[in-house]
Amino acid sequence: MSIQIKQISKQFGDFQALKPLDLTINEGELVGLLGPSGSGKTTLLRIIAGLETADQGQILFSGKDVTNLHVRDRKVGFVFQHYALFRHMTVAENVAFGLDVLPKKQRPTKATIKQQVAELLDKVQLSHLASRYPAQLSGGQKQRIALARALAMQPRVLLLDEPFGALDAKVRKELRRWLRNLHDELGFTSVFVTHDQEEALEVSDRVVVMSQGQIEQEATPQDLYQQPASRFVYDFLGGVNVFEGEVSSLKSNRLEQGKAWVAFPDGYKAEAGQLYLRSHELSLSNQPSATAHLPLKIKAVSLIGAEVRVELEPLGWHSQDLWEVVISHSHYNHWQPQRGDTCFAQPQAGQLFTSNENQALAISWTKEQLLIKTA
Amino acid sequence: MSNHKISHQQRIGDQPWLRRLLIGLAFLLVGVLLVVPLIAIFAQALSAGLNVFWVNVSDKYTLHAIGLTLLVAALTVPLNLVFGVFLAWLVTRFEFPGRRILMTLIDIPFAVSPVVAGLMYLLLYGSNGWVGSWLMEHDLQLMFAWPGIVMVTVFITCPFVARELIPLMQQQGSSEEEAALSLGASGWQMFRRVTLPNIKWALLYGVVLTNARAVGEFGAVSVVSGNIRGETNTLPLHVELLYQDYNLVGAFTSATLLAALALLTLVVKTFLEWRQQQSAS
Repeated sequence: MSIQIKQISKQFGDFQALKPLDLTINEGELVGLLGPSGSGKTTLLRIIAGLETADQGQILFSGKDVTNLHVRDRKVGFVFQHYALFRHMTVAENVAFGLDVLPKKQRPTKATIKQQVAELLDKVQLSHLASRYPAQLSGGQKQRIALARALAMQPRVLLLDEPFGALDAKVRKELRRWLRNLHDELGFTSVFVTHDQEEALEVSDRVVVMSQGQIEQEATPQDLYQQPASRFVYDFLGGVNVFEGEVSSLKSNRLEQGKAWVAFPDGYKAEAGQLYLRSHELSLSNQPSATAHLPLKIKAVSLIGAEVRVELEPLGWHSQDLWEVVISHSHYNHWQPQRGDTCFAQPQAGQLFTSNENQALAISWTKEQLLIKTA
Repeated sequence: MSNHKISHQQRIGDQPWLRRLLIGLAFLLVGVLLVVPLIAIFAQALSAGLNVFWVNVSDKYTLHAIGLTLLVAALTVPLNLVFGVFLAWLVTRFEFPGRRILMTLIDIPFAVSPVVAGLMYLLLYGSNGWVGSWLMEHDLQLMFAWPGIVMVTVFITCPFVARELIPLMQQQGSSEEEAALSLGASGWQMFRRVTLPNIKWALLYGVVLTNARAVGEFGAVSVVSGNIRGETNTLPLHVELLYQDYNLVGAFTSATLLAALALLTLVVKTFLEWRQQQSAS
């Protein structure tokens, strides 16, 4: 079932939770709504479910207007952030609830319900917990029961509100993969809300980034990461270092702050603004280069993982946050940087946000170096 | 490190003599203030023998007072049960202008002296009152009759159920109810299968408190009842009336009935508290 959102807006008192927005979710798609708290993502999800009513706009399921349809008639599966299992019912009773409350004519027989519950519990691999109460389950188990309960209605749309937010890292990773498989197997349309960019990028077919009640960008995880549409998205995806500077009075292609500077490659005009450099788009060396003079002091070196993460403090210039650069283990072994050492950063690619623009100018230094090499 | 020797750290009440003193004092106070008077009631009632006690209980007016008291409780409790659930539901599940004011207004019956509450009703619904004079024209008498007694009792006891439910329902939140709705439950199915089971022990506790107060209320009822023997006399009023008649044994006999009801309430309340803890853990 596809979901079409047309000019939906919502206000809580003085707070504009959602500014009029449009969004289309295709049949069978798994879409992540990503944003910080207060960005309106949960409100949007609840409006799709019918748990909240929009002030304006329209919602269509497969072309059919459901704007005024009550939540109980929308037939969507909804998984709540804190599971919302019925605490006085056993796991089996929880899963059976949706079938038990069907009108008599549509309700399956007791034996059929029992069998369906058994099948669902089997699907979430928790058959052995059927007679337990929610208080006796772990967070991950509760979440899977909540999913089984929602799936009992055989919904064509599954909505999940921060489904893995309250779980520890290992269980979260496992459940993510499991949800993705379940989605592919059953083929429903899913929308989930998260504030974790890694989660959104890993699970979704498409990510919708929200901020202050607006959609900042909708894109596939790959496009989102490679081409963040705005300063906000760039910031929110994380791992970014910022160099803020003015155009040098000596050289017009230089962005300068104090003694530190970055020279733009040929064909780019320097403009006052913020240069965004991702931690893997920089290299470190003992000497400044012809294109950049960014002295940094090493604050910490972390060897965990596939790459070595170096935390750096600007020397003689300012940055709101510490810088972070990742280098390869082989580079680290060769170079052996120590805490307290001074080094220089060399950008390879970056985005320049000038003060008035929300749109970034992509800059690449590697291309120039390549040209120099081939020349 | 300081080289102070650590002195024997003692919490308040660690000294044995102090502990004994405090515990002894607590028991003494409970004994003098609660147990002795309770025993005295039973002793006085039975002082002229079991026979006289029985004659007093089966007295026509006493029986009527018992009947009226039970009637008042039987009308008040269900009314305030429904009202309390409705109110708690309203203020915990919905955001609306005036919600905070409403939550404050619930407490008025606790804040106002019962006598003042009775007087208020008398002034409003009495034969000279705004509403009362209109009612008189239509031959409806509320004050100095049993409907008036029920009205003030409802007023006095209306916060109990709501006050028990509001904190619990606030803490539980509405997500289970939303889950029920998203699974296709009707409003009634949601209430009966999800809301009610979650609040049932607190609800029963509120009912017990409401009942205890409805049975024992004196101040407000005495203002609006008119103390007509065999007509508008509830048990607490009956105790006072007999006492003023110098019928000590009679007064204490009726008092034992009230005391017995109170003790029963206490037992039920203790049981419910225990159940509530059981279901919470």
